[in-house]
Amino acid sequence: MFGVLRGMGITFKNFVASYFLPRKPNSLETGGMVTLQYPEERLPEKERFRNFPFLIYDTKPDDLRCVACDICAKECPPKCIYIVRDNDEQGRPLKKPKVFDIDFTVCMNCGICEEACPFDAIFMDHEFEVGGPERQQSLVYHMDQLLKPATHFAKIRPTDHVAIEEKRRKEAEKKRAAAQAQPKPPEAKPPQA
Amino acid sequence: MIFLDQIFVNSKKAILNLASAFLPTDAILIVSALISIGAIAAFGPFTMMYLTWFERKLVGRIQNRIGPNRVGIFGLLQPIADGIKMLTKEDIVPAGADKVVHFLAPVVVVIPALLVFSVVPFGRNMVAIDLNIGLLFFLAVSAMTTIAIFMGSWASRNKFSLLGGMRTVAQLVSYEVPMVLAAVPAILASGSLSTVDIVEAQGGWNGLKWFVFTPWGFVGFLMFYLCGVAECNRTPFDIPEAESEIVAGFHTEYSGMKFALWYMAEFMSVFTISALTATLYLGGYQGPWLPSWAWFMIKTYALVFVMMWFRGTLPRLRVDQMMGLAWKFLLPLTLINILVTGLWYFTSGLGLRLGLSIGILLVSSWVLVLFNRPYMPEKRVYEFAE
Amino acid sequence: MIDEPVLHDTDTLEVNLGPQHPSTHGVFRMNVKLEGETIVSLKPIMGYLHRNHEQIAENMSYLGSMPYTDRLDYFNSMSNNFGYALAVEKLANIEVPERAQYIRVIMAELTRLVNHVSVIGFLLNDLGAFFTPILYAFREREKILDIFEEIAGSRMMCNYLRFGGLKLDLPPSVLDRIKKIVQGFPKFLDEFEGLLTKNEILCMRCQNVGILPYDLAVSASITGPMARASGVNYDIRKIDGYSIYNRLKFRVPLGKVGDVYDRYMIRILEMRQSVWILEQVLKEIPEGPIINPKMAAFAKAPRNFKPPKGEAYGRVEAPKGELGFYLVSDGTPQPWRYHVRAPSFINLTVLEDLCIGHKVADAIIILGSIDIVLGEVDH
Repeated sequence: MFGVLRGMGITFKNFVASYFLPRKPNSLETGGMVTLQYPEERLPEKERFRNFPFLIYDTKPDDLRCVACDICAKECPPKCIYIVRDNDEQGRPLKKPKVFDIDFTVCMNCGICEEACPFDAIFMDHEFEVGGPERQQSLVYHMDQLLKPATHFAKIRPTDHVAIEEKRRKEAEKKRAAAQAQPKPPEAKPPQA
Repeated sequence: MIFLDQIFVNSKKAILNLASAFLPTDAILIVSALISIGAIAAFGPFTMMYLTWFERKLVGRIQNRIGPNRVGIFGLLQPIADGIKMLTKEDIVPAGADKVVHFLAPVVVVIPALLVFSVVPFGRNMVAIDLNIGLLFFLAVSAMTTIAIFMGSWASRNKFSLLGGMRTVAQLVSYEVPMVLAAVPAILASGSLSTVDIVEAQGGWNGLKWFVFTPWGFVGFLMFYLCGVAECNRTPFDIPEAESEIVAGFHTEYSGMKFALWYMAEFMSVFTISALTATLYLGGYQGPWLPSWAWFMIKTYALVFVMMWFRGTLPRLRVDQMMGLAWKFLLPLTLINILVTGLWYFTSGLGLRLGLSIGILLVSSWVLVLFNRPYMPEKRVYEFAE
Repeated sequence: MIDEPVLHDTDTLEVNLGPQHPSTHGVFRMNVKLEGETIVSLKPIMGYLHRNHEQIAENMSYLGSMPYTDRLDYFNSMSNNFGYALAVEKLANIEVPERAQYIRVIMAELTRLVNHVSVIGFLLNDLGAFFTPILYAFREREKILDIFEEIAGSRMMCNYLRFGGLKLDLPPSVLDRIKKIVQGFPKFLDEFEGLLTKNEILCMRCQNVGILPYDLAVSASITGPMARASGVNYDIRKIDGYSIYNRLKFRVPLGKVGDVYDRYMIRILEMRQSVWILEQVLKEIPEGPIINPKMAAFAKAPRNFKPPKGEAYGRVEAPKGELGFYLVSDGTPQPWRYHVRAPSFINLTVLEDLCIGHKVADAIIILGSIDIVLGEVDH
């Protein structure tokens, strides 16, 4: 009897409080209304939030960082990445992908492709409102849908962007230093050609 | 004041006066009946629609949610949207079902739920028909729900429905008994079965001489209300449609408008049971200052609120515990309550009356608790290992 | 208290509870024979969510299975990661830096809070409380999940632990927020208990229902809160003292009767102990590296990680019981054998013994009190 009454007192307290206390989503205090009116209001995006990979390019979609090394496709636990390397006219392999497909229905957003990529070419996106009119074709993402500029990455993950730019700059410097230290191979074209 | 109090009665009279100018006397009677029927037929479903909204809002607030707020301001158009959804939904009848009975059951369940509105006194002079056996009529007609529910559950040809139907019959039949007995003190005190007379008997003390302020009235009120909650299958007595156990009980196989009819019957009986409890023990439309129908609505909706508050708080009882509660606790206590009511009227002196009745009720409920000791919760102590 | 079922000369009613049923916690089926409302036989039928977890893991690099362990018991991905990481670390003999150990324990205990609070909410839902306790529980759980999202990138599929440490360090100021949540949690628990613990209806429904005797609990190798509710003093945090648990102070609550109510109360008491653990850990957490440098080298090439030949069994006290990973390595990048000891699955095996003689309604709450997650049962 008294346990029931106490429980009812607690629910009544919550009932009354819901009219008088402000709604405070994303607060750390115990209790209170935490409802978020979703499409209109949104929680602040967490920087590390990961959902579905995208391919990054620096300035224009042609000079993407991906070199079609296939490491992400090998490491992907559910094997949702499919890569075909591009060839030039003579049939020699180029350092860029011709086909880069990711199947959204298979991808489990684990982020291992991002971790494994040695060229910082694939990253996890923040986009989570994804849908398609049917189950097969519209959810297989092709390269044109996957390509996103570096500015997008800088926007969604500023901290990581700074760190990665720093790392890439150092690597480039090291490469340049190594190139300067070594004598140039005779068949290499001069840089200003 | 009197104008406001009688506003609905007078408007009906005005319509009848207008009609009598060009209609014969016999036809006036029919028109009068039609107006009352029309008022109830509009009020019943309307109440049901907004009770669903009220419940969703209230339970939502209890659970720190907002509740419906998308359709209309405060979600006030939500019931209409729900109604449209229900009407346009496909009506599925299971292949093995008894199609006729399956169709009839939701119809049969709504009729008694609407019929009982006719004896509910909404305000002074505001009762559709002042039957001299009004209370009996109410209890008898509302008991018909049992048959409808069993029809629906049997005709669905679904095991969950069947289980729900069996539970319903067991529950409603058991709670019918203490419910009638809990109503007896009010009948004893007012000397009538007419709902209007019962309300009029509580008219003293500036409209505050409600039965609930006497010891027997208080106990009777609680018992009647509890049985009423069980009668309309509400938490904590909602085992016939226990969602987590038997999917949806008797209305598992119903969809579309038929499902809406089950809901309509349930919510209308929530309203009528609360109305009857208010009538029997809370003085119905009696009360100072406000118009009589306002008092009635305040009391009724307060009781409806408590029912929904129960829903937002309590888990449900098990089927055997429910039966145990009805037969081993409520039934004896209601019988003792009738005895106490008799003693109240055959003794004189406030002190003696109060002492005697409170004493008997306390002792008997304590004895009943002792008898039910094996079914009561026990205290537990827990050890900790390092 | 429960009378022996009296068998009348009538047919039994065979009902399939599930796989689509509001309270079988997923796609789980119970084939129940009823005598009136009383259960005379109950057959649990599992496998609707079987995803071939072990076989997949045997064809994948060691790290590749880490996100799959998230999906075992999808309420507690951090604990699952923890168990798997422990097994691999044992196999390859990897040291874990101090700070990583602390963060792991914080994550494991937060997961325990998340799990226990929602399982009690679901239990009350099964009891028929119309979503109120579960929504109060979710209100608090959401805060912890937000923290997980901030740390690991995902609310439930964390994939945060790595062999020899962690994927990433804690973002700045997140520790303060965890501290705030931990401080506020007892207040929430008080409210929750006020709503439930002394509620007579809950007591009547739960006490002496589904009693699991001590002997049966031991012989059926029941673990976790369910075993402790039956009085079995078995907590791997105490027995193994893995990670830094041997340095922490906490006590193990034990029940006496072993019914649904004891299982409920043990979970409440365990949450209070978890809060205590968290308070200690948050006070002492050191600075330092978060991953063993030897393992950090494999971050870019998980396929090159080849543990030496051998076998290892790593286990943690997951919120549901003993979660163990048994690994056999043959020196290749894939495990030769990968086996999960799933606590939900093993705890579920006694369901029939607990349910016989009770009503249908009790079967539901007994199932709820066992605390299963079908992802783990059917792995």
